[in-house]
Amino acid sequence: MTDFIVRRLLQALLVLAVMTVLVFFGVNVIGNPVYIFASSECDQPCLDAIIRDLGLDLPIWEQYLVFIGNLLEGDLGNSFTYGVPAMSLIIERLPATLELAFCALVIALFVGLPLGVVAGLRPNALSSKVIMGFSMLAFSVPVFWIGLIMIIVFSVTLGWMPAVGRGDTVNLLGVHLSLFTIDGLHHLVMPAITLSLIMMAMVIRLTRAGMREVLFADYIKFARANGIGESRILSLHVMRNILIPIVTVLGMEFGGVIAFAVVVESIFSWPGVGKMLIDAIAVLDRPLIVAYLLFVVIMFVMLNLIIDILYSLLDPRVRLGGNTA
Amino acid sequence: MNGAALTSPTPGIWRVFLRSPTAVAALIVFSGFCAIAVLAPWITWQNPYDLAQVDIMDSLLPPGSESWTGAPYYLGTDGQGRDMLSAMIYGIRISLLVGVVSGLIALLIGTIVGLVAAYRGGWVDTVLMRIVDLQLSFPTILVALILVVILGRGVDKIIIALVVVQWAYFARTVRGVALVESAREYVDAARGLKIGHLRILFLHILPNCLPTMLVVATMQMAAAISLEATLSFLGLGLPPTRPSLGLLIANGFDYLQSGRYWISVLPGLVLLSIIVSANVLGDRLRDTLNPHLS
Amino acid sequence: MTASPVSAPPVLDIENLNTSFMLPGGELKVLRDLSFSVARGEILGLVGESGSGKSITGFSINGLLSPPGRVVSGSIRLNGAEITGLPPAEMRKLRGAKVAMVFQDPMMTLNPVLKIRVQMSDALRAHARLGRGEVRAKSLAALEEVGIPSPEERLDAYPHQLSGGMRQRVAIAIAMLHEPDLIIMDEPTTALDVTIQGQILALVQRLCRDRGTALIWITHDLAVVAGIADRLIVMYAGRIVEEGPIDAVLDTPAHPYTRGLIDSVPTRGMRGKRLTQIPGRMPALTDLPEGCAFQPRCPRATDACKTPPAIQALSPDRKVRCINPLSEASTVRASA
Repeated sequence: MTDFIVRRLLQALLVLAVMTVLVFFGVNVIGNPVYIFASSECDQPCLDAIIRDLGLDLPIWEQYLVFIGNLLEGDLGNSFTYGVPAMSLIIERLPATLELAFCALVIALFVGLPLGVVAGLRPNALSSKVIMGFSMLAFSVPVFWIGLIMIIVFSVTLGWMPAVGRGDTVNLLGVHLSLFTIDGLHHLVMPAITLSLIMMAMVIRLTRAGMREVLFADYIKFARANGIGESRILSLHVMRNILIPIVTVLGMEFGGVIAFAVVVESIFSWPGVGKMLIDAIAVLDRPLIVAYLLFVVIMFVMLNLIIDILYSLLDPRVRLGGNTA
Repeated sequence: MNGAALTSPTPGIWRVFLRSPTAVAALIVFSGFCAIAVLAPWITWQNPYDLAQVDIMDSLLPPGSESWTGAPYYLGTDGQGRDMLSAMIYGIRISLLVGVVSGLIALLIGTIVGLVAAYRGGWVDTVLMRIVDLQLSFPTILVALILVVILGRGVDKIIIALVVVQWAYFARTVRGVALVESAREYVDAARGLKIGHLRILFLHILPNCLPTMLVVATMQMAAAISLEATLSFLGLGLPPTRPSLGLLIANGFDYLQSGRYWISVLPGLVLLSIIVSANVLGDRLRDTLNPHLS
Repeated sequence: MTASPVSAPPVLDIENLNTSFMLPGGELKVLRDLSFSVARGEILGLVGESGSGKSITGFSINGLLSPPGRVVSGSIRLNGAEITGLPPAEMRKLRGAKVAMVFQDPMMTLNPVLKIRVQMSDALRAHARLGRGEVRAKSLAALEEVGIPSPEERLDAYPHQLSGGMRQRVAIAIAMLHEPDLIIMDEPTTALDVTIQGQILALVQRLCRDRGTALIWITHDLAVVAGIADRLIVMYAGRIVEEGPIDAVLDTPAHPYTRGLIDSVPTRGMRGKRLTQIPGRMPALTDLPEGCAFQPRCPRATDACKTPPAIQALSPDRKVRCINPLSEASTVRASA
């Protein structure tokens, strides 16, 4: 087990190294780094100062080492607009995004799984066709458009839901959360549902496909032949097998959810890191942009790592690697 | 539809394809939008990009209004006084253009990479597929976001970003099919006859990959159009001077709270129809061409 | 050993069983007029090619036909009690407790993501309220009985940590947990090495003899069934074509198909000689020939075979479905 984790950790580090190279060279070779790090009102002396500050007179590999050195210390430069370290801004805004993404994940799982089970149990029933049609729509309709329609229907027309902001928050161990106030929940519902739809569609498809496969497996027939009840078979014998791919995909998609949060946060003015990114782009706050990109990449790689470990806990065949007969 | 079925070289597949009424409807809708995109300059009375033809005094008129010259605004006007119908038709043109062009370039790159990986095998295959895996492990929206932030706005830039996002899917799919094909006897025989590598690749292996590629291309195009719209909606995609459907929706977003729904909702519905019809087409193509494709 | 008290009903008694798949294109008859019985402690071999309906027979008995499949008519009696048409909840109570089943591929019969302990305790608790200690004790005893070394460790193992033979032993242990009256084994040794096959055969034979469990051993391999069964039923295209005591059937087969099956088994005495084989292949159930289904492949076929043959008794314990059976087998000559 530890062997597996160590191996997987080294892999993650390698991917991270590759990604820093990509972002660094993306910023420095494809884009003009001076342009990226300078504010829009910068004149020539100011530009020269930035070139010196950034160490752009150094050879490129040395620049990269400096960049990595700063990165390891968590230093990604100061935001132009706020004048504080970009990293601290991200950390300050992160709980809102994580809260939103987490709620979306929970909704996707708790709505998608039962729907997928229903669709998988009776694949030719009308209910199944409706569910699959819904999944197909949720999968293909752009997220921002769904958010828009929700605002039109529930906020503008019906006036049930607030269209923007986070509502009241509760301070929990220094982290502000909307989940625990009525007003906060009220604000959270629409963005969370909007963000959950793609994942929900995916959960439905995976569950249904898994059901179709596992239900006909010999070990399920054997469990039935031993008189084990249908509900027990479904909730343990089938579900344990289905959950493995679902957990994997959900985990891998969680990074995508954080990325998609950019869209949802912009629509609902949810004050998370995604909204911050769009605002930063609008005012060309470049250190903040770079910090966000690197931060998301790092988080994404770590998420993949965690998921792989979780996966190995769920599926004994992976954990024991070579032992499979 | 019947004409197409008759002239098609493989009428069997066509007939199976046309058996689904949903797919036929999707085909009609999608071809309709393609025709609109091609004919845009001839079927609109206003060029929404030409500021001389747009009257700011006519801004935010509801559907069914008229300009002071008597020209009809069937679907109303937007914040700049543009005729929504004309703007949407040009928006369809831009959205489809970006989707199709990026899809074709990605298809080309992905096909070459996939074919080379499958045909050469060995370390070439390993290296290429590692890159593909690495890229596919990142969500497309994230990769696209990074790229447009680095590259900036513009039709060419968004096409580059969409190509980068898509090529890996094509490469992996083509490699998979090509691997199966190059294991077949006829490829071995061709090799034995000392037929050139390129000839084997393009005359023997490639044609057998085409059905699968068509399916992936259709789905990818839908995804690309959706992604472009999302980026444009965020103000990161196409420049405001050439509004795609996504940008039109974003422009209308500001007027939503005041009840001027048409500016956002109408282009949204069009976008929705394009994406859904393309997805239905892809689904149906997959079912008819290759039932084994997951 | 095979004799049962005259008064007691057979463990399993099937009469005129018809099973079909209800397909969109119409009804596909997979079992036709199946009638046979199994006595307490008896081992019955059920032989046929794939598609002959032998596995469907097993699923018809324990009520696990998957949906398009349905028992259309006929009766299945377990210990004298009719079980066709029982509500699902009642059928569930029988499965595992009265009728157990073991499948072909031991890789696939055990759930890959559940520990052996969980799979055993679920099977135990399906029919009895047991405490943790009892479950553990019974599981250990069952594993020991089927010859699993260090069963304590195996309880916490996942299936993939066991060899194929071990897995099949575990599956047999689970099937035996409630000491059922009838066990249906569907090609339980086909996927195993020959040496392991022998061990499993011996194990199953011992267990059934010790407990008086009736056993239906489904296989396509005559050689396997020859060593274990008391009685043999040969199936072809959904029908029983021959039935009788194992030695009698193997020594003097009456049906040309049985003869063909026996001749296509390689034996030591035949080394160097040409193996005979049955020409052609079994017809699809969708387009069976008129009359006897075997007739297109049969060397003895005549025009009379175009009418469907009825099953006829050759002697009190032998039956054949052929209007022109092989003569050495019968004392009564067919006269159709």
